[in-house]
Order: sequence, then C-alpha cells, then structure tokens
Amino acid sequence: MAHVVRFLDALGDVGVLTGQVFVCIFRRRFSTRTLWEQMDRAGVGSWSIATLTALFTGAVLALQFATGLQPYGGSLYTGKLVALGIIRELGPTLTAVLVGGRVGAGFTAEIGSMTVTEQVDAIQALGADPVEKLVVPRVLACVFMLPLLTLLADFVGCFGGMLATVSEVGVTPRFYVSQIMDTLTVVDLFHGLFKSVFFGYFIAIIGCYMGLRTAGGTEGVGRSTTGSVVAISLAVLIGNFFLTKLFLLVYG
Amino acid sequence: MEPEVVIRFRDVCKSFGPKSVLSGMSLDVHRGETLTIVGGSGTGKSVTLKLLIRLLSFDSGAIEAFGDDVGGLNARELLGLRRRIGMLFQGAALFDSLTVLENIAYPLVEHDWGTQAEQRDRVAQVLEMVGMPGIEDLRPPELSGGMKKRVGLARAIAIEPDVILYDEPTTGLDPINVRRINGLILELQDKLKMTSIVVTHDMESCFTVTDRIAFLFDKKVAWIGPKEAAAQSGHEVLQRFTEGGRGILRPEDAGLLT
Repeated sequence: MAHVVRFLDALGDVGVLTGQVFVCIFRRRFSTRTLWEQMDRAGVGSWSIATLTALFTGAVLALQFATGLQPYGGSLYTGKLVALGIIRELGPTLTAVLVGGRVGAGFTAEIGSMTVTEQVDAIQALGADPVEKLVVPRVLACVFMLPLLTLLADFVGCFGGMLATVSEVGVTPRFYVSQIMDTLTVVDLFHGLFKSVFFGYFIAIIGCYMGLRTAGGTEGVGRSTTGSVVAISLAVLIGNFFLTKLFLLVYG
Repeated sequence: MEPEVVIRFRDVCKSFGPKSVLSGMSLDVHRGETLTIVGGSGTGKSVTLKLLIRLLSFDSGAIEAFGDDVGGLNARELLGLRRRIGMLFQGAALFDSLTVLENIAYPLVEHDWGTQAEQRDRVAQVLEMVGMPGIEDLRPPELSGGMKKRVGLARAIAIEPDVILYDEPTTGLDPINVRRINGLILELQDKLKMTSIVVTHDMESCFTVTDRIAFLFDKKVAWIGPKEAAAQSGHEVLQRFTEGGRGILRPEDAGLLT
C-alpha cells in the first residue's frame, strides 16, 4: 500500500513539474545555449548506440522471419515484416530504452549531484529557477532529438534487415526495398515518430525529476540513478502499449 | 536606542516528515550586526537560513524580512528578497560547468544588473575583495576548498545584498583559511555594513566574528545575547560549547547533549 501511495505521490510531482516546464516554454524562458548543448550531448551523442542496436535488431528480425516463414513459403515477405516491426515498434521503443539508459541516467546523476552539493539551492538563491535552467532545456532536447534518432534507427534497422534477408533468402536488395516501399505508408512512419516524442518526454522528465528529488549524498545519487533507469524503461515499455492503442484508435 | 530589526522569526515550526527540526523558534536579527547561530549538528541551523530565503518552506509561524512576510511573497517579491539576501553555501555550491567569471556573474545576469562590461568589472572587483584577482577563467574543480569558499563568497556579495548568510563558512578548512574567511567576514561587515547571519559550530571562529550569539537547542533558540555574556549564560550545554573543542567529553557526560 505504501508503495502505491509513494508511486502516486511521485506521479503527482512529475505532473506538477510538467506544468512548470510548460509555463517556462510558453513564456519562452529558457537558455538556448543549454538547449543546443543538451541536443548535442543527448541527441547527437546517442547516434552510435541507436545505430548499432537498430542494425542488429533489424538483422535478427530478418533471420527469424526468414527461417520461420520458410515452411509456409513466405520467406519472400521477410522485408515487409521487418520494416513494419522496426518502424512501428522496435525502432522507437528500443531507441528510447537505450537512450533512456544513457541520457536519462546522465540527467539524474548530474542533477542529483547538483542537488546534494546544494547547487540547485544556489540557483534559487541567486535568483534563478532550476526548472527553467535545468529541466526545460533537457525536456526540449529529448523531445526534439528522439524522433530524429528514431528515424535514423528505422533506416538502419531496415538496412540491417536487408543484409540478413539478402544473404539468407537470396533476394536482391532491389526486391527487398521495393517490398518495403509497397508495404509502408506514411501512417506507419508517423506511428513510430508519434510515440518517440512521448518517449523523449518520459526520458527527460523522469531523469530530471529523479535528480531533483535526490537526497542522501553520493549514495543517494547512485540510488536515484538506478531508480531512474528502471522508471524510464518501464515508462517507455508500458507507455508504448497505451500510446499504440491510442494511435490505433485514431488512425486504426 | 532600540536596534532596528531587519529579520524576525516568530514561533517557526519546521519538520521533515515525522521528524520535527524547529518548533516555536523565535529570533530577531538587528541591522548591521553579525549574529551567529550555534548548536549541535542536525539542530536546524542550516534549515533556519534556508527558511529565510524560502529554499525550504516552514510549517507554521512567521518569518519577516525587511518588514515583509516571507511566507506570503509572490514569485516576483521572492526574487527581490533573494536579491537582498546573499548566501554562502557550506560546500560553496559553485556551478562546476561554469567558469569563475560565469559563476560570480550569475546573480548579476539573473537580476539584469548592468551591462556585460559592467558585470565583468564587478566580478573583478569582488574577486579583488576576497583576495583572488585574475582567476576569472578557472573552473571550480581547479580550485582548492578555501578558494572555492572565497569564490562562493564573492558570488554571494556580487549583487550587494543587505544581508549575507554564511552556512558553516569555516568547516573543512585549514587554520590559515579559517582565519582568512573570518577576516573576510569582519571586513565585509566593516566596509559594506552588511548584516550577517553565520551558522557554525566552530566556536573560535564564532567568537572572532560575531556580535551576538543565538544558541539553538531543543528545536528553539535557547539563549541569545552578546558574545561576552555567553560564557555566563547559565545554560549547561551552551557552556560546553563556549569551552570549544579542547579537551574530551566522556560518554557518561555526553547524554545531555543529544
């Protein structure tokens, strides 16, 4: 029971924090310099893990579909399935989980250290707002950059699928690409990107929130960071289901 | 003549969850004086400072600063209050990602103080004041503990506050730096006529810099008066404090201090 209360409490706090972030954004009160910095660190800095993950996920999907569909003579359709799986689900979700682990944990560790060394207090004492200085640039950076990373992951994932399909099934790259082109619609692409915007928000808001509520010295920073990675992963994976349901209701 | 009261705590209560830290705490701070709040670890000394500039909120009672009710300030008024009250944090709380120049200019930028050139001049001026001219381009990780404290002090006085709060200004410093910081506190008091509130458990430093002592015990101010009278306060625990850190305390005597 106590767990439920604590969870609801935290959920309320995150809601309040979100409100404060929106107020700052609408009043255009945030430093663009920090925003660029964060977009570079969180977004550009994550391209390599996003690419590698997508490449091998696409390849392994192709492997599984190619072998799994063979008894039914469906191996030729591998490309269609890989593309749909990557672009609708795995591209956005895996990218979010990995970037969440990398970037979200970084936010929590950095802001958490600032909290326990009273730097967050100092920001307030010197006449500034920690939400405006720390949270807003990170939320905006993630919300902008995650769809871009997802787009990259979609592309690389399909490419990885192509490599595996060409070598396993023996189709030409041209055939694989034409299959993808026949199957995919703009709605599929939009479906994935729509979700990634929310995932970006989950990563940043949870990462920052866990940092701001850190207490208990360096040990506390460690605890918050661990908690942050778990919370972000769960938020992405559970949120994914509901966001997918919502999207299908609207665009089904 | 009655001294002018700039800050007033009235029956302030503050608890963290089930743990009550201050209960019915009252305290007056006079204009231009240095008041030192002493007390054991965890008795709410730092909390008192943070309540004053609303880094923490209090549960009940009232805090007045410059005649305004601190609890009832709106965002804009709170900003004004924080401009008038500077704070030196315990670990200096410098921003690691910024240079010394950017750290000290931070409050100036936030309060739209002067042009960029004027801000630079002001930073040079306060660095001179704390005895470290020309280190604008260094970053906090390159500074020693004592230097960090002095940069923190420079940052706290950059905007020329009326009141400055010192949270454990000498804790963790070597004796020479302790004297240097004490000297700075006295000098600022002398030159800038600032009102200072110092929180410390370093009694030597306390007797060096302070005019009055407020002794925090059992969640309230148990004794307050001029430092000369502290030794004859008649309060048993304060007595132990004034004796300073020399000698030892046996476990059987320690009971009354907890």
